[in-house]
Amino acid sequence: MALSIVHRATGIALYVGTLLLVWWLVAAASGPAAYANVQAFTGSIIGRLIVFGYTWALMHHMLSGIRHFVWDLGYGFKANEREALTWGAAIGGIVLTVLIWIIAYMIGGGR
Amino acid sequence: MSTADTPKRSMRTPLGRVRNLGAAHSGTSDFWRQRLTAVAMVLLMIPVLVIIMMLLGRNQAGAKQILGSLPVAIIMLLFIIASAWHMKIGMQVVIEDYVHNEKLKLVSIMANNFFSIAVALASIYAILQLSSGV
Ligand code: HEM
Ligand code: HEM
Repeated sequence: MALSIVHRATGIALYVGTLLLVWWLVAAASGPAAYANVQAFTGSIIGRLIVFGYTWALMHHMLSGIRHFVWDLGYGFKANEREALTWGAAIGGIVLTVLIWIIAYMIGGGR
Repeated sequence: MSTADTPKRSMRTPLGRVRNLGAAHSGTSDFWRQRLTAVAMVLLMIPVLVIIMMLLGRNQAGAKQILGSLPVAIIMLLFIIASAWHMKIGMQVVIEDYVHNEKLKLVSIMANNFFSIAVALASIYAILQLSSGV
């Protein structure tokens, strides 16, 4: 099943991406200069792309993980059900990501 | 591929396999803990997203004030503990699937443990420092 490998790939990407989370939290705890460095990075094009990618990885992995729960509980094994769950996770991940970024820009841009 | 993906292998559902293992019926498995931490993250996702939204575009002083407040700090701590634990188990599964050389497998699993613990500790330390205002 093609989406399972995407679940795995996003899991690994999220794993590596926690480095960014650590950098950000430690910078917030260290002071204004360190925090400004993080913001310079996340404000750059590459930084924005990475954070956008991280958002998508998280949303997709979450929905795809919920799909796993449905299977864990013993439901959704019929071919058409598997299809529906898989497409739901794939499309839902993109929709949530875009929604979150629209809200983020509405809020963040306003400050 | 994961066990959850291959129902053909066994007639038992994955949940059926772990049911009754709790409360000293012979211990719970990593499988169960990975689900536990994943559900925790799903429940925490909306509050975490709200916190991130609150932080956007603020400078360090603003971020410090928000991250240092008790409810925010608790939510962040819970999320970090759940994700570090979850990702350590998940990566171990990946390593066991792909790395077949025994020595390399041992080293990889050790590195995975060190990385996950370091991520968790550094984040927890940062949040506690922000909370106590030192
Ligand atoms: C899941 C939803 C997330 C969304 C929608 C999101 C969105 C954004 C956006 C739009 C910005 C730019 C804000 C601005 O400069 O005004 C930003 C900044 C940032 N994000 Fe996220 N992000 C998410 C998750 C994360 C995660 C999980 C991390 C850490 C691994 C992270 C770390 C950062 C950092 C360090 C900044 C810079 C802070 C700032 O510029 O104020 N974000 N994020
Ligand atoms: C947000 C909610 C999340 C949910 C619902 C979730 C769900 C799951 C589930 C159910 C699995 C097991 C899949 C299987 O049995 O094949 C899994 C695997 C994994 N997760 Fe998550 N997860 C979440 C967040 C995260 C985060 C934040 C990270 C990393 C920081 C992560 C990293 C991983 C890794 C590395 C795996 C192993 C991949 C594999 O075995 O193919 N997950 N996740």
